[in-house]
Amino acid sequence: MADVPIRARLADLRRHRGLVRRPRLSFPFAPPTVPGGVEPPAPTRRLGADYDTDWARRYPARWARTVILEGVMRPSVAALASTERQGLDRLEGLEGPVIFAANHHSHLDTPVALTSLPEPWRYRVFVGAAADYFFRTRATAAASALVMGAIPIERSKVTRRSADQAAALIAQGWSMLIYPEGGRSPDGWGQPFRGGAAYLSSRCDIPVVPLHLEGTGRILRKGSKVPRPASTRVTFGSPLRPEAGESATRYAERIERAVAELADEATTDWWQARRRAASGQTPPLSGPEAPAWRRAWALTARDRRRRRQVRRWPAL
Amino acid sequence: MPRPGFVLDVDRSTPPILFHHGESFRLEKLPAGRSRVIYPAEPLAALDDVDAAIRDALERPLGDSEPLHALLRPGMKLTICFDDISLPLPPMRRPDVRQRIIEAVLDQAAAAGVDDVHLIAALALHRRMTEAELRHAVGDRVYDAFAPHGLLYNHDAEDPENLAFLGTTPQGEEVEINKRAAESDLIVYVNINLVSMDGGWKSTATGLASYRSLRHHHNVKTMRHSRSFMDRHASELHSSNWRMGEVLKGAGVKIFQIESTLNNDTFGTSGPMSVLQKREWEWSGRDRASFIAMKAGLDRMPMGARRKIFQSWKAPYGVTSVCAGEVDAVHEVITQNTFAQQLVPVEGQTDILTMGLPYICPYNVNSVMNPILVMCLGLGYFFNLYRGQPLVREGGVLIMSHPTPWEFHPVHHPSYIDFFEQVLADTTDPAEIEARYEKQYAEDEWYRHLYRTSYAYHGVHPFYMWYWGCHGLAHLGKVIVVGGEARSVRRLGFTPASTLDDALEMASDVVGRDATMTHLHNPPIVMADVT
Repeated sequence: MADVPIRARLADLRRHRGLVRRPRLSFPFAPPTVPGGVEPPAPTRRLGADYDTDWARRYPARWARTVILEGVMRPSVAALASTERQGLDRLEGLEGPVIFAANHHSHLDTPVALTSLPEPWRYRVFVGAAADYFFRTRATAAASALVMGAIPIERSKVTRRSADQAAALIAQGWSMLIYPEGGRSPDGWGQPFRGGAAYLSSRCDIPVVPLHLEGTGRILRKGSKVPRPASTRVTFGSPLRPEAGESATRYAERIERAVAELADEATTDWWQARRRAASGQTPPLSGPEAPAWRRAWALTARDRRRRRQVRRWPAL
Repeated sequence: MPRPGFVLDVDRSTPPILFHHGESFRLEKLPAGRSRVIYPAEPLAALDDVDAAIRDALERPLGDSEPLHALLRPGMKLTICFDDISLPLPPMRRPDVRQRIIEAVLDQAAAAGVDDVHLIAALALHRRMTEAELRHAVGDRVYDAFAPHGLLYNHDAEDPENLAFLGTTPQGEEVEINKRAAESDLIVYVNINLVSMDGGWKSTATGLASYRSLRHHHNVKTMRHSRSFMDRHASELHSSNWRMGEVLKGAGVKIFQIESTLNNDTFGTSGPMSVLQKREWEWSGRDRASFIAMKAGLDRMPMGARRKIFQSWKAPYGVTSVCAGEVDAVHEVITQNTFAQQLVPVEGQTDILTMGLPYICPYNVNSVMNPILVMCLGLGYFFNLYRGQPLVREGGVLIMSHPTPWEFHPVHHPSYIDFFEQVLADTTDPAEIEARYEKQYAEDEWYRHLYRTSYAYHGVHPFYMWYWGCHGLAHLGKVIVVGGEARSVRRLGFTPASTLDDALEMASDVVGRDATMTHLHNPPIVMADVT
């Protein structure tokens, strides 16, 4: 036997594998077999917009999220995106649940926004996340619900389920972080705001706080996989409320305008931004209506202007 | 759309089948090619607005009855009677449908200026309901408004001062019911029809009756000729109650009957218990994990803790229909609604019928399932869950799965203890038991005292439990209990077996080696329509 090469002995073992009785798990330790003649029901869809995130609102998940937020997310954001926060004074006196409506450039927007939210909203907020992206698989859905407290928002078709779910959570005192553009910017400029935030604000009678995130696109823009550290700025706007008789579309436009004014404030200064707003000349979030190369050119010009304003050392 | 119940022919691919086993479970592989399993239907859709359905039922009564508000007037005597703790099983989550109905009735009574209102738990010879149980059934608002003034109470079938004799049927059956109810201008009876046996004239003629009256249909002869209890038109028990109903009508007792049906949602669609109402091959990974964890935990727990866990379960039943009005008309519609949820067509009888008995029966809510109740649940209730002909052929074998501990609740079942020790030690023949022992137990002053002042079932109650199973006893060739305590199983006159395989081996002595086998996958409740 010692003369038989090891390869031959392995082949022999493989040949006789069928004779060796391997222990097999039986039901219920193994999945059940289906009896003949029985049509097993189609598996119920539990992903996408149907994913149930109730568990992420229970205390074990909330505690875990707090640990992740403070122990992982905050140090990571500090390392990648040194964040300057402005406009927090505008939230003074504001109580109860609110909707934070932000522009969207990068996957980094949510960590930056979540670590920037002041208390009491920081630990009682959920994020409206794309059902077809963040809730596509069981693993991403669970991770999104746990880490961001996300709920799935259907963006490819009109459905009441997402709105009902968000309204129910708001009714329980939860605030919402939503990106009304519906997805990350493809080219660095913004996209038109959809009516979801405005609709929920009107339906639940809670204010919308416009939020402008600047600089996250430079760190991890759409399509890039490796983050490049840079500085960011988060600007909180004054809370907005629906006006009497105002439609969700008009209200959404007003929210978009408020975020555009914050963007203007972030790239210039508050006074210039106010003057331009008063004269109706606030640059739109969506950038100039021009061919792609000119839009890209305008974007780099804006970034250059912003970068010039950053002073690492005091002027002596 | 809920799927209807169906009969599964067991093949080699069929996974092991769930058997309830008291406060635990068993998974049993059934022989392929000669076995079948009767699965219950999925829960029917519950009413969206139960309160609106109740109001509608009161406004638009069935049969020869005016709407409730037209029957109410100032100065009248109104008595609201309701089913006791034995319904539904398991108890339903708050608010109990009885509470909803009673509140709707009382709203109308208040609007009509009715002052003289009594509420009576129609429990016949069952134990009295505790305050907590009454509160659960009628709700805190009703309890706090009536009980402190002595206007909400349990029926007392042994209080001669408060019983009224109303006459006899042509067959000589004496009709004696609660005096307050009999002398009321209107009885409103609030039913929960968990199975087709419930409701109709049985509500008043049994629920509010005395031993003098009950003995005419709760006896061996009547029970043997009730085939089955679940089919009113083939049940001598019901025929007797309907005859008594005629006497009640003749005596001028006016009844406004309100019956309701529940769906099959016994264990819910989420949570660890939900696996119990799923078909085995549809168990997900989570279901299997929760079942394994639940079974492992239960098997390691002391019996008291297990019992406490199970008895605390409140079923999330949905109300599927509410009807009110004249007794027969209401009962006819409600029975059809019950059948719509529970009836499953089954072709032909079987040689061996198997069933896993759960932790609860009508007489051990918040109590102990003693061996006599095991017999009653298996042979009295589950065996009788048929229409047409019994699921098992005459001379066939019944295999039940239950631990059958030699254990009794000393407060609830005092006469059961003596019945088990004294009567069953002597004989298990129902007719002989009835002839030799019933009167002694029924008229025992101590049992009577415990029934009236404590929370004990009446002294004669264990006899009735034994009679419930007498049709099954006469029909079957052998009864085997799998996993039961051997000495208590033998005391019942049955054969103990350690495993289902052992039981099948024993059964083969009676029905042969290639006997056909049918498993009743119950609960949730399923009733076989055997052709």
